[in-house]
This record gives sequence, structure tokens and C-alpha cells, in this order.
Amino acid sequence: MRAWLYLLAAAIAGAVITTPALLVYVFGGGTVDDALLASLATLMLVSALAVVTMRDIIRCGLAMIVSFLALAGIYVVAGAPLVAAAQVIVYIGAISVLILFAIMLTQSKAGPASLVFQTQALPAAIAAIVLAVLIGLGVSATDWGEAAERVQLVTSELATVLFRDYVLPFEVVSVLLLAAVIGGVFVAKRETEAEPD
Amino acid sequence: MADSLDTYLILSGALFAIGTFGFLARRNAISMLMSIELMLNAVNLAIVAFGSFIPELKAHGSVIALMVMAVAAAEATVGLAIVIAIYRNRKTPLVDEYDAMRR
Repeated sequence: MRAWLYLLAAAIAGAVITTPALLVYVFGGGTVDDALLASLATLMLVSALAVVTMRDIIRCGLAMIVSFLALAGIYVVAGAPLVAAAQVIVYIGAISVLILFAIMLTQSKAGPASLVFQTQALPAAIAAIVLAVLIGLGVSATDWGEAAERVQLVTSELATVLFRDYVLPFEVVSVLLLAAVIGGVFVAKRETEAEPD
Repeated sequence: MADSLDTYLILSGALFAIGTFGFLARRNAISMLMSIELMLNAVNLAIVAFGSFIPELKAHGSVIALMVMAVAAAEATVGLAIVIAIYRNRKTPLVDEYDAMRR
């Protein structure tokens, strides 16, 4: 009985994700890229909403993984495949696992899980909607001087820029990452009692 | 649609707004960190979109996006370590119960 419910939920989710693609491709006369972008954008926004509204925090973390994956697809559509690969490796492979571990370390069964939102949730929602509308208005009112078509980035070109113009930031970022990892281990380490020497 | 910068920027703005709402409204500290990750992803999407539509920025956009990812990883490491350290002392992940400096 439960398996049928899960199947039904999966079918509904698949319909929600494929509908925008079909609408854009068949009725809107868009290209395949347009259809892909519509589907991935829907998936990303719906799962991001699930991250901020769902009750069970483990499910929030899993929805966050789906959101990151859809965003990686959007990077591919935008013409940056290396960034998409880095997104999968860094965000899905490392940060999501870190966050899931932290969730499992800090949730107690006895804790009050029913009250998910703070008291200022309604003003926060209004502020977020106003922010989105402002960004949308600003974006559509500005002339960015962009090209009419997106460019596909060749990876060797990116490598040339990364290791010629950006060598110093690259090395500084690696040192920063090392410092952050050592600092994280130090902060999260359990303090042991003073050992007898 | 996929050939217009505005699409990506509006998408990025929507994702950023969702992250803002999550950061302001959730009670759980780890939920707030997840919302911060969503906001960083939105900014990254805007950077990549600028890189692929403005010819002078071509490869620079992707390089900056990679740097942002590395810094986001560092932020997640330190933030989660702090949350775990606080949880060990206060036994709760809810931020409205961290009120030791208000009393």
C-alpha cells in the first residue's frame, strides 16, 4: 500500500517537472535548450522552496541536493560545463554530505520539531517577495550590453585564465581552505579532560 | 529564453529571495546554513550567466564562480563546526534558544 503512495508521489513530481518543458517546447515554440532550462528552473525553485519550508530537516537536506543538481544542469545550459562539474563535486559531493552529517549530529528526538518557523516568518516572507520583485524589476530595466547569444566556454581557455591571470587568488584560496578545515576540526573537536602526563 | 541574460538573472534573484526567506524564518541553525548555501548558489548563477553572455568576461566569470565555490566550502566547514560546538554546550539546534547574552 505504501509503495503505491510513493509511486504516485513520484509520478506527480515527474509531471510537475516535465510540464514546463512540454509547454515551452510544443506550445511556446522554443528550442530544446529552452525546454531544458524551463524544466531545470522549475525543479530548482520547487526544491529550494522545499528546503526552506519542509518540516523534517533531513528531507530539507535531501531537497537541497536536488536543488544543487538542477543548478548544475542550468550551468551546462548556460555554457559553463566545468563549473557544472565542480558544482556536482563540491556541493553535492562535499558540502551536502557535511550538512547531512551535521544534521544527524545535532537533532535530538526529544526536541520540539513541530515549530519550524520563527515568529517573524510572515514579515520575512513579505521581505523576500519584495526583494525578488525588486531584483526582477532592476534586471529587466537595465541594459547589460550583453551579446545576443551565449558563448560555449572551452575548458582549455578557462585553464589558461585560471593559471595565468588568477594564480595568486588560486593559491590564496587553497591556503584559506586549509585554514578553514583545520579551524573547523579545532572548533568541533570534543574537549578532553586534562590528561595526566 | 535560454539565449537571454535576463532569464538567468531573474532565476538567480528568485533563488536568492528563497534563501533570504529561509535564513530569516527558520528556527534551526542548520536550516539557516542551508539557506545561506542557497543564496551563495544564486550569486554563483548570476556570475556564470554574466560570464557566458558578456564577451569581455568570458572565462573570468567561470574562474570567479570556482573561487566562490571554494570560499563557500570553507564557510560551510567553519559554520557547521560552530553549530556542533554550540550544540554540545546548549543541547539544542534552535537559534531562538541561544539567549545567554540577552539575559
